[in-house]
Amino acid sequence: MTTTTSAGTRKLTIARAMAEATAQEMRNDPRVFVMGEDIGPLGGVFGNTRGLYDEFGPERVRDTPISETAFIGAAVGAASDGMRPIVELMFVDFFGVCMDAIYNLMAKNTYFSGGKVKVPMVLMTSTGGGYSDAGQHSQCLYGTFAHLPGMKVVAPSNAYDAKGLMTAAIHDDNPVVFMYHKSLQGMGWLGTEKGATVPVPEESYTLEIGKAAVVREGHDVTLVSLAAGVHHCLRAAQALEDEGFSAEVVDLRSLVPLDRETLRASVAKTGRLIVVDEDYHSFGVSGEIIASVVEHDHACLKAAPRRVAYPDIPIPFAPTMEQWALPNADKIVDAFHQMMLS
Amino acid sequence: MTTTRSEVTYTPTFTDGDEFRLPTFKLLQQDGTLYDGAEAPDLDRDKALRIYRAMLFTRVLDERMMAAQRQGRLSFYMQCTGEEAAVIGSTAALDDADMIMAQYREQGALAYRGFTTDEFMNQLFGNEQDYGKGRQMPIHYGSAKLHYMTISSPLATQIPQAVGYAYGQKLAGEKHCTITYFGEGAASEGDFHAALNMATVHKVPVIFFCRNNGYAISTPTIEQFAADGVAPRAFGYKMQVIRVDGNDVLAVHEATRIARRMVVENNSPVLIEAMTYRLAAHSSSDDPSGYRSRKEEEAWREKDPILRMRHWLQDREWWSEDDEKALQESLRREVLETMKRAEKRQPPALETLVSDVYDVITPALAEQLEQLKAHIRKYPEAYPKSAGRGKGGA
Ligand SMILES: Cc1ncc(C[n+]2csc(CCOP(=O)(O)OP(=O)(O)O)c2C)c(N)n1
Ligand SMILES: [Mg+2]
Repeated sequence: MTTTTSAGTRKLTIARAMAEATAQEMRNDPRVFVMGEDIGPLGGVFGNTRGLYDEFGPERVRDTPISETAFIGAAVGAASDGMRPIVELMFVDFFGVCMDAIYNLMAKNTYFSGGKVKVPMVLMTSTGGGYSDAGQHSQCLYGTFAHLPGMKVVAPSNAYDAKGLMTAAIHDDNPVVFMYHKSLQGMGWLGTEKGATVPVPEESYTLEIGKAAVVREGHDVTLVSLAAGVHHCLRAAQALEDEGFSAEVVDLRSLVPLDRETLRASVAKTGRLIVVDEDYHSFGVSGEIIASVVEHDHACLKAAPRRVAYPDIPIPFAPTMEQWALPNADKIVDAFHQMMLS
Repeated sequence: MTTTRSEVTYTPTFTDGDEFRLPTFKLLQQDGTLYDGAEAPDLDRDKALRIYRAMLFTRVLDERMMAAQRQGRLSFYMQCTGEEAAVIGSTAALDDADMIMAQYREQGALAYRGFTTDEFMNQLFGNEQDYGKGRQMPIHYGSAKLHYMTISSPLATQIPQAVGYAYGQKLAGEKHCTITYFGEGAASEGDFHAALNMATVHKVPVIFFCRNNGYAISTPTIEQFAADGVAPRAFGYKMQVIRVDGNDVLAVHEATRIARRMVVENNSPVLIEAMTYRLAAHSSSDDPSGYRSRKEEEAWREKDPILRMRHWLQDREWWSEDDEKALQESLRREVLETMKRAEKRQPPALETLVSDVYDVITPALAEQLEQLKAHIRKYPEAYPKSAGRGKGGA
């Protein structure tokens, strides 16, 4: 995953990796432009458009009036007109005010036009909590977006993947929802996860959307997650190693398309599956992952699969309450122990 | 059938409406004297002092809590600083039982209605005594008793709800109205436009109160709308509208007082645009030095609404330097002491995680809670027992 170029020793946060990928594409392709709230001179409240306004100016890096319906709807229109807009929905929690533009237009225009209209746009949006911002600023909603046909969905766990996926998303002729987790952004106040800040090559590169990565090899259990959850899994895998168990960690990177091959191959090897998801427990990613494995081959499992997911409740503010509810490494280890007992 | 009241013309004429300029209603000058020709409003001493105390309390609370946030004692904070006259002057012109549907920067309205320092603190720290049971982020207050709807984060969503609440008041035959507060930034959301249109069509007793404070996070009004403020939009909906100097507590109070009469007596909704300035950062997560100048901030500091009102009160000998000093000191002490008590209170109990999601706890939630309890029993040291500190919001 890390590169050996000299530039590769330079570590970036996901925020800077996203900004760098965007800047490189904007230099190459005049059709690429950015719209959103506070993405101009401020550089985005999560830093992922920093520097773009200075380099490309206000026509291509547009602060918008506060109407997600207007600028996301407008992006669908611009994309249908051959442009390649990138728009930012500041918090995924706010999708409610603009969902029609997203799932009835962005996701369906190509299908209903018989393939005549392409909507090559990127919708970037922040996800995740852990820093006490409560249930209208902390959701993941991975399952919500992945459930709806017509848009690709990616959620990187580190800056290297973020840059490659961002470039791929801009190149992609499909609409891509780029979900970046706030705790991985490298902004101090969000409780930054160090493992997300990794070496990133300066030159442009793409990462294929729809390919998971085995980020740690093991043979006793497969831990599957995405974004911040991957780091919980890596910590849990370390703790399990100290107990003499070897856990494999699969980073999904993309939800749509979902790399079921990598998943199934890993579970075929380990025989045990724990899915870790900061999104709600029911009707979401964790259920889909388990179904994908079990409906393919139920005999590969030595124990019933388990999920460590967010309970089916709105995310509470009080730090103690939020920490009770969030997935973490201890809960993963605990789930593994229960699995081994049963 | 489409009808308009328009006359016929035989020359193609376009207009952007700019020939109609909305004036700004002002009464009080910065030195505390009235403008020439301005009429002293009907505001007695008790009420004036109640307003002033709420304004000063809000200022002191905001300064103290932002400092607490900087010390890491509180996860997140937002100040009303600079907008106290707009918020409190308007709330004070209502009946205390009128409904308030606010955006988030309206803590002054609650202070005026008598939300206690303890109640503020319990919400900010999300402890077991918080009415919202520790669930909503700081400054998202709510008080059923004081007719203040719990704040919801997604912008402008309170505006259509205010129309519905007011419609309920009308159907129930109450002599009450609803006021909804929002920023000039939030007014760009579709919800604002849809709500205004519906309110005039359905003749609903609602006051739309726009705090035009110059910024939406980093975005200045020039990036927000091309028109002369938010007020002219009312014409499109045939709504009564007034623009007022938001730092002039007398003008705000007077405009809202008259608006309330129109709203309650005639079911004629009103839009009020209060021109003011957000003197502090957007929130504890923001640093305005990247998008606006100190000079601009200083110019607005000169128009401090609290100072302006104090001058007026002192002119009438309703208030003295000694009163000021004593009140400031007692407010500071009270805020600090109450904060210390509130931050030591217990967080809500583990069981509250799953209550109120539905009227009864579903089997799935009960099972999830049991699993969580079993896990916490095994890893007690991993979960803090006291109301810990969160890291902050946006
Ligand atoms: C639907 C939605 N979009 C974006 C945001 C993020 N956000 C929170 S406050 C804010 C600025 C609001 O500005 P304004 O309405 O002028 O109020 P002010 O903060 O100036 O009081 C933004 C963009 C949000 N909370 N909800
Ligand atoms: Mg504003």
